[in-house]
Amino acid sequence: MPIYRSHVLICGGTGCASSGSREVTESFRNAIRDRGLSEEVLVVPTGCHGMCEMGPIVVVYPEGTFYCRVQKSDVAEIVEEHIYKGRPVQRLMYSGSEDMPFIPHYKEIPFYGKQHRIALANCGYINPDNIEEYVARGGYEALGKALAGMTPAQVIDEVKTSGLRGRGGGGFPTGLKWSFCASAKGDKKYVICNADEGDPGAFMDRSILEGDPHSIIEGMMLGAYAMGADEGYIYCRAEYPLAIQRLKTAMAQAEAYGLLGENIMDSGFSFTLHVKEGAGAFVCGEETALMASIEGRRGMPRPRPPFPANSGLWGCPTNINNVETWANVPPILRNGGAWYASMGTEKSKGTKVFALTGKIKHTGLVEVPMGITLREIIFDIGGGILDDKKFKAVQIGGPSGGCLTEEHLDTPVSYESLTALGAIMGSGGLVVMDETTCMVDVAKFFLEFTQKESCGKCVPCREGTKHMLLLLEKITEGKGTMEDLDTLEGLAHMVKDMSLCGLGQTAPNPVLTTLRYFRDEYVAHIRDHKCPAGACAALLEYRIIQEACKKCGICARNCPVKCIPGDRNSGYHIETDRCIRCGTCFEKCPFGAIEKK
Amino acid sequence: MAFSADEIREKTRKIVEPWRNGKGGLIPILQAVQEQMGYLPPEALETISREMKIPSSEIYGVATFYAQFHLKPRGRHVVRVCRGTACHVRGSLKILDSVKEITGVEENQTTEDLRFTIEPVACLGACGLAPVMMIDTQTFGRLTPDMVKGILDKFE
Repeated sequence: MPIYRSHVLICGGTGCASSGSREVTESFRNAIRDRGLSEEVLVVPTGCHGMCEMGPIVVVYPEGTFYCRVQKSDVAEIVEEHIYKGRPVQRLMYSGSEDMPFIPHYKEIPFYGKQHRIALANCGYINPDNIEEYVARGGYEALGKALAGMTPAQVIDEVKTSGLRGRGGGGFPTGLKWSFCASAKGDKKYVICNADEGDPGAFMDRSILEGDPHSIIEGMMLGAYAMGADEGYIYCRAEYPLAIQRLKTAMAQAEAYGLLGENIMDSGFSFTLHVKEGAGAFVCGEETALMASIEGRRGMPRPRPPFPANSGLWGCPTNINNVETWANVPPILRNGGAWYASMGTEKSKGTKVFALTGKIKHTGLVEVPMGITLREIIFDIGGGILDDKKFKAVQIGGPSGGCLTEEHLDTPVSYESLTALGAIMGSGGLVVMDETTCMVDVAKFFLEFTQKESCGKCVPCREGTKHMLLLLEKITEGKGTMEDLDTLEGLAHMVKDMSLCGLGQTAPNPVLTTLRYFRDEYVAHIRDHKCPAGACAALLEYRIIQEACKKCGICARNCPVKCIPGDRNSGYHIETDRCIRCGTCFEKCPFGAIEKK
Repeated sequence: MAFSADEIREKTRKIVEPWRNGKGGLIPILQAVQEQMGYLPPEALETISREMKIPSSEIYGVATFYAQFHLKPRGRHVVRVCRGTACHVRGSLKILDSVKEITGVEENQTTEDLRFTIEPVACLGACGLAPVMMIDTQTFGRLTPDMVKGILDKFE
């Protein structure tokens, strides 16, 4: 194996790829070849580093120099200065606070400081298309250990000791779930990986699939061995083409190495794996709906029991876990359950990956120990609110979750603490909102989503969410009454209590939490016909501040409905009754002379 | 990509072939048909029904359940504007409006010249780059409304 003095790691995840990392990779290869360094320096495309906003990200080892937003035009300089002459290029480094204008190393960036990476350990560090790099990082060691020296029951015990709980949202203890399936009667059993990551605002599963596909394959094999299954499915959404491609490559490589297929490592254990592409239905994230979809039917949930552990895919005992859960299994088996259980809180062990997005300075993926506070995640890791605006709320757990406020920021994050506040851990989406976000609009937004995705099988969800949405539309248009608020709340409780599956049972959460913590905003929409955040278009009024107006006429020229009459001598004004509140004038005015209220 | 009815039947038969004795084939078959023909023509659905011995009603039920399947021809390029939470709070509605204005068609519609189909999508999972849109398999991030035209122009 050739030895290189330097490795250039370039993120090839979806985020960085759309910022141009493929061209950057190509340029690096060319520049290194032209400099005659091909034998000394290796260019490695990797998975996601999590800091997608700063992409394309390039890390040069052995120094570990972290370059942000690298463009094709920067490549020559990095190769010439850093790689050839050994002088890192400061201007492309991450720029921190004033006293640390250039942070050269990965680990010193505050975004990574408080993180603890287990599920994401390999993401951004190895080439996901090369099985040898995964093996070099301890990959398939856990599988070997289990197959050579552990009984299936011992594997389950180790997972039980770890305290790992379902990372897809439910939070059910993984070891216990495995033991149900292991003791279920049946010759044929299945394991499934739920990679139908449909929550808007969550992309941790995509990153693991793209950045470390082997960890999922190995995790599933360990589960299959423990439960006595010999066949598995990865159900991945079709919106993730790169993830599907990487999985298929990884599976082919594992097969070629004899790590997947018949008689693995000569142990007598066999396992076949399939990738199923989803067809675009959020409800398929629900386990019984997902199995119906694999079977080729409409993805609609069914009542439980029987639970999948006893009667799942094609009537056989089946175990379903989500991507992040599976990815945690190999490190647990490798290092022992007690090691994993040493992190986190009493009931929520280990780490959790969160997707930090919205009005925050550093958007991206972060993996933190359970028990960390929301404040640490948002302010210490995420760097606080974009444009130094005021923090208003954080929406946690996707469309099934809830909105939490300033007063909850110091709550340690665990399954129990979040449920107690009316939110859920969910898959780990954290969408941060500032003072310009209207909470009624947010509730409406989520309900629009769940309403559209409701499969229509049970009445409370199908009809209930529809009427809740109509009420919210009425309120955001300023036509609501105070009675509507009571109706909305009543309906929300009914939908929550009576729906068949998780989708309906959690769909009202955004409405209930915003009603609980931001009731005054609802009241402002109803009583004063005002949207305090200035987001609900129907309630806005645009006005030109005459003292600040320079009479340039830009607003009038850009107005799509020509409702700003006037000329350069006498000035301009907006005719409110013809205004469609599109906000174009507000954005185009170079002097900030237009206000919206 | 217009095929005659006979061609559609013939192509569909080829797609169905490997699944004839397997289980769970309906969705992959529909995906393959749509991949080749751009949508699910009635002739293809009939052929699947006959070859796989699945009632047409069931096939229709599956085809209309999933957002990915289309019973009408679609544009050469599918423009998916992300309407996820992160994109929403960073202004994705304006991106969608801009796409609609430039192409002159509404959501889930196709331009007359079959150049574009506009499709809002729940989340593309590129939240770090919000707001985002995806044209075919290419993702574009950190968008502002005035960038949209330049991007659409690249797709003929």
